[in-house]
Amino acid sequence: MHRFANPTRFLRLSDVILPWSAALTAILMTVGLYGAFFIAPPDYQQGESVRIMYVHVPSAWMGLFCYTSLAIASGVALIWKHPLADVAARATAPIGAAFTFLSLVTGSLWGKPMWGTWWVWDARLTSMLILFFLYLGYMALAGAFDDRARGEKASAILALVGFVNVPIIKFSVDWWNTLHQPASVFRMGGPTIAWSMLWPLLVMGAAFTAYYVWVLLLRMRAELMANKIRILRMKRIQSHG
Amino acid sequence: MNGFMLVVRRDLRLSFRQGIDSFMVVTFFVLAVVLFPFGVGPEPNILARIAAGVIWVAALLSAMLSLERLFLADYEDGSLELLALSPGVLEVTVLAKITAHWLTTGVPLIVAAPVLAVLLHMNGDGFWILVVALSIGTPSLSLIGSVGAALILGSRRGGVLLSLLILPLYVPLLIFGVSAVDSAIAGFPFSAQLYVLGALLLGALALCPWAAAAALRQAME
Repeated sequence: MHRFANPTRFLRLSDVILPWSAALTAILMTVGLYGAFFIAPPDYQQGESVRIMYVHVPSAWMGLFCYTSLAIASGVALIWKHPLADVAARATAPIGAAFTFLSLVTGSLWGKPMWGTWWVWDARLTSMLILFFLYLGYMALAGAFDDRARGEKASAILALVGFVNVPIIKFSVDWWNTLHQPASVFRMGGPTIAWSMLWPLLVMGAAFTAYYVWVLLLRMRAELMANKIRILRMKRIQSHG
Repeated sequence: MNGFMLVVRRDLRLSFRQGIDSFMVVTFFVLAVVLFPFGVGPEPNILARIAAGVIWVAALLSAMLSLERLFLADYEDGSLELLALSPGVLEVTVLAKITAHWLTTGVPLIVAAPVLAVLLHMNGDGFWILVVALSIGTPSLSLIGSVGAALILGSRRGGVLLSLLILPLYVPLLIFGVSAVDSAIAGFPFSAQLYVLGALLLGALALCPWAAAAALRQAME
């Protein structure tokens, strides 16, 4: 694993992956959006507004996926002191928060015509909202210290504590109140939605994942460059006395 | 074990000599609850309906208010490093400090809760369950809060940050705590919620001292 701990090697590797992930994002997003808007049929109950789902569902998946990545990166950073894992965790948090926020906003836009209200205190909405606050807490803690290394370690511990808690929150909120439809794609006995609606959804999910890889690499590179600039400045100040 | 009792006794003595911390927490708890009748109006049936939730939320907030001080004084005067260097295990020391915190803030909240329940016209069936649920729930508040209290050491704006870190993690306790009381008042079985609160307490007891000790170690590096 420490083969990739060297930032220079990482930068070289990311140079190769970056254009591919960008191209993949563009292609998948085009295909997925075309499928979602023009090919997939309107729902017999929800009409055209069902198309919000093609953005809403993948962003909700990504919100959870990013938190899992955040927790794994934090665990790797704490256990093996992998230098890039810290950078990856720090870079993942805002992306995950953005996806979570996007899923909340699109869900709210969909809820207004469907449920007749912008917001209901339903289990899934509430647990996503709490996930959003967990992201905010992580980012606030990471930035709250004058010493960056401390912020990284403290927030890594918080990410792991939150990761244990997310299923508990999910389960408790499920028990508390529910209105949202149950899982219809990833469930025992296969998906319950029609193939013509499923494939744009899956393509959009892949597009969002490719987008995540692309932006993550961009952010990690920016972070590494910012570190370099900081070190260069320190050197210059020292050499000038 | 000896070290555990020593730290508990030390923290209790410190808190009694200063005498102000527990008093402030209970005062805040009472005030926060008393504000609600002014906010939502004095109708007894409305107050009775929201009583359990209001008392639990106020308990959460007052526990959180006192948590900032859990490690801060020791961190600032350097005694935390001495505790960490002493031969005992740091996790046990952390657990001792959490125990002392619960004894000085959790127990007064449990004692004050029935009085507030009377003020909010809560149905009499809920009183005992409220006390039992708080007795199982407040140690978890101290345990989960200790992780946050350890994480914010040395940060800027620690107090506000603590609420952002801890309150989302308190949600399950709030849900099951309120639900137990509401079920008891409505005449439904409530043992499941109490079992879940107990499970959360055991889980927090198993994990939080480790996480808090890890956070303290990185704070003292």
